Amino acid sequence: MIEIETNILAKNDGYAQENRHRLEAASILALNLVSSPGSGKTTLLVETIRKLEGRIPVAVIEGDQQTTNDADRIRATGVRALQINTGKGCHLDAHMVGHAIDHLAPDEQSVLFIENVGNLVCPAAFDLGEAAKVAILSVTEGEDKPLKYPDMFAAAKLMILNKTDLLPHLDFDIEACEANARRVNPDIAVIRLSARTGEGMDAWIDWIRAQQVVGLERLISDAEARLADLRAARSHV
Amino acid sequence: MHEMSICESLVQTIEAHARSDDFTKVLRLRLEIGCFGGVEIEALRFGFDVVTRGTCAEGAELDILSLPGKAWCFGCDTGFDTDSRVSDCPVCGSGRIRVTGGDELRIKDMEVI
Ligand SMILES: Nc1nc2c(ncn2[C@@H]2O[C@H](COP(=O)(O)OP(=O)(O)O)[C@@H](O)[C@H]2O)c(=O)[nH]1
Ligand SMILES: [Mg+2]
Ligand SMILES: [Zn+2]
Ligand SMILES: [Zn+2]
Ligand SMILES: [Zn+2]
Repeated sequence: MIEIETNILAKNDGYAQENRHRLEAASILALNLVSSPGSGKTTLLVETIRKLEGRIPVAVIEGDQQTTNDADRIRATGVRALQINTGKGCHLDAHMVGHAIDHLAPDEQSVLFIENVGNLVCPAAFDLGEAAKVAILSVTEGEDKPLKYPDMFAAAKLMILNKTDLLPHLDFDIEACEANARRVNPDIAVIRLSARTGEGMDAWIDWIRAQQVVGLERLISDAEARLADLRAARSHV
Repeated sequence: MHEMSICESLVQTIEAHARSDDFTKVLRLRLEIGCFGGVEIEALRFGFDVVTRGTCAEGAELDILSLPGKAWCFGCDTGFDTDSRVSDCPVCGSGRIRVTGGDELRIKDMEVI
């Protein structure tokens, strides 16, 4: 009999920690975009890149089971993108993402978007080393999605309610949807957005900048602590 | 299917232990699966049978210990067990709760030869 007491996903978690250290040290903000297929992840990324107009360097990792269409759509904007075909795999894992980071070599202080495979179940369990998960839900889906996939909405830092341009044609109860998301995750931020009309895009860009600031503040305070240690060491010489 | 890749990770972990702890066969394996681990137990058993074929864990008896979800109520500052992320506090009825545990996917121990 041997006691093991290890996480089944320990291997993935190890790779995820490696990714996180690399990304944080280079102050690269990695955002893991998760949703059901067709919620608008790729469209949102294309519009986000347009909106940023090169002011913040961007790189994109595209997860897909088979095709390379999404990476092609991103490259058409002039941004570096790498497609990972997961084949039968229904999620990205941290090992794949680590290799993708090697290939893409994102710039320091850039934003790395990771479009996960369209699936609201397993990407919740597989840490990629991202700074935050962003769940995208379109208003053509049910307002009960956060209750049906609570693990994912509990794991996400932000929920984007996309395709708000379609609201007038639907009986989607947006308030109820937000309330459902907050029931499973009291801290979740919510942005209502239409990748088509651009509504809500400014709030989304502001949210991204705020996350960059959080990352930089952490690096700065680490660097200041290190500096204080070095000064203390010098004064004792 | 999600449980399949969980089982693949499981087998990789077991095989790494087979090398470091020097055993060739797993007779019995105990897992601890939290109720918010996002895993269907039946699908996990099925995946385990498929994925362990030809490995040192083939034919091993699989014991799954289900762990309860844990939550904390902000209304009355009490902890309680729950099987839902959206339950109300059983003490004061408040809906302002936070899930604090239950996402475990752990190998507890194994009997090996
Ligand atoms: N009306 C509307 N359609 C959208 C919006 N965003 C995306 N779509 C459409 O939704 C479909 C799926 O979008 P896509 O970005 O490929 O989704 P993904 O699978 O999550 O990457 C496409 O036909 C998009 O044109 C939006 O804000 N409004
Ligand atoms: Mg896409
Ligand atoms: Zn999966
Ligand atoms: Zn490798
Ligand atoms: Zn209470």
